Amino acid sequence: MPAWIKNAPAAAYLIAALVFIYLPVVVLVVFSFQDGLLPVPPFNGPSLQWYEKMFANERLMDSLLNSVVVAISSALVTTVLGFLAAYGMARRKPRFAGSIRFVLMAPLTVSYLIIGIGLLITLNIVGIPKSLFAVGIGHVVINLPLCFAIIYSQFGDHLRNIDWAARDLGAGDFHTLTRVIAPIMKPSLFASFCLSATLSWDEFIIAFLLSRFEVTMPVIIFEMLRAGLTPEVNAAGTMVFAISMVTVGIAAVVMVLNYGVKK
Amino acid sequence: MSPSSAQMKRRAGFDFTRWAIHPALIFTVVFFALPLTAMVVVSFWQRVYGKLTATWTLANYSKFFAKDYLLDALLNSIEVTLATTAISILLAYPLAYILAYRIPAHWQRFVLILTVLPFWTAYVVRSYSWLLVISEKGILNVMLMDIGLINEPLAMSYSRGATVLGFVHFFTMLLTLTIYANLVQIKSSYRKAAADLGASPLQVFLRITLPLSLPGVAVGAFITFVICIGDYITPQILGGGTEVLIPQAIMLQVSRAANFPMASVMSITLMVVVVAVYFISAKHLKMERV
Repeated sequence: MPAWIKNAPAAAYLIAALVFIYLPVVVLVVFSFQDGLLPVPPFNGPSLQWYEKMFANERLMDSLLNSVVVAISSALVTTVLGFLAAYGMARRKPRFAGSIRFVLMAPLTVSYLIIGIGLLITLNIVGIPKSLFAVGIGHVVINLPLCFAIIYSQFGDHLRNIDWAARDLGAGDFHTLTRVIAPIMKPSLFASFCLSATLSWDEFIIAFLLSRFEVTMPVIIFEMLRAGLTPEVNAAGTMVFAISMVTVGIAAVVMVLNYGVKK
Repeated sequence: MSPSSAQMKRRAGFDFTRWAIHPALIFTVVFFALPLTAMVVVSFWQRVYGKLTATWTLANYSKFFAKDYLLDALLNSIEVTLATTAISILLAYPLAYILAYRIPAHWQRFVLILTVLPFWTAYVVRSYSWLLVISEKGILNVMLMDIGLINEPLAMSYSRGATVLGFVHFFTMLLTLTIYANLVQIKSSYRKAAADLGASPLQVFLRITLPLSLPGVAVGAFITFVICIGDYITPQILGGGTEVLIPQAIMLQVSRAANFPMASVMSITLMVVVVAVYFISAKHLKMERV
């Protein structure tokens, strides 16, 4: 039997799977360039009118700015906390290391919805109003386990020795961390910053529950969805997708260039 | 190794490395563990004239298990989540298998990235994109009518099937990733040895590859279960109000009624279900293998 016949079912399945996976993405992107009122066939385009309309939509652009601020600030806090925790864990191998890891990783097993409701109830009891700041806190909670795990996985034993060497040469805590350890860890710090910024940028339910007047972009897009199918949502969705891909792409390239392809 | 002079010095006074873990630990306790504890406490509180009051009661729990529409939401969610998990595994396994064993090694990474790229599609818009495909005037109906397979557009959107479709699309990518990661770790020598000993390709698969890949399936299935059962957007957009799933029921309690005790009861029930599933699947959940 020739090889191509043997491989034909596998190739057919792969192609069918890729069509299934890409169908909604392609439809979303293509009909964001629709020249007409509805993002359904026939396609009359391409036209940039819906992108123009999107950039003229003040509420959407305000929320875009909010999203960027929340994403960058929450990712910064997440990365710093994750880095310190990973450093402490790797450098000292503390007692109760198992329990500490359990606590740090626990938020991964709870739905975002429940984390959001818990924070909402807490705000309510303490009497703090909802705000973008609260959204940022929520995003640090959900992203910290991932960042900690990524950074911790790159802490090898060689770093312990480098840490000791730095201290023997007279560096204090602060200088050891900022001038020696952090520069060595830069690629994974950068990758975990990009990853948590992307996840925050795209997060909906916590942002929806914990924000009030100032909201993030996914919340506004969700409001726009109530108006039904419109190419403006396609344009907004395409933009969110593009920005996520660029950020994740940069992180992936940095990781691969610095640590090589791990298999 | 004898302690260096720096270590000796550190014995006395403030030791920074010991405290480096604490910011993250304290943050997680304050903003994760405490809110969940508050939720448990509030689930035993009462609401008097719309205000939370700290009088202890079990009424919220008995109400939840007495009201059919609340309990139904939980059962609907479990059904949808189980269907999603099962279908996603069935679709993802062959895909991961083809990626791991049929694609030449130097192409694998590229095809894998290609397969999971739409993972990063904007979350709120993901379900909406499926609406574009399956709605009455959507591309699927138009295509089916063009080739003459149907005369009238099919009503596919706004149903449980549509919700499951949206979920399956996302979780097939996720499961492909976890199963693939497991498959490429199985040594090819096992399969060769089995074949040398006379096993047919089917026997090799059933008795070597499949059992050894179950941890990857279990981890992916568990993550699928956790994310799927807690997802609000997908049933809200694709389900179209034909039935209510538990996240929608929770959101209704929060947004319409501001009934935090009932929302807490439902959230806790949801967590209990997830923990139960964790213990059921714990036997196979060896995270380090994936």
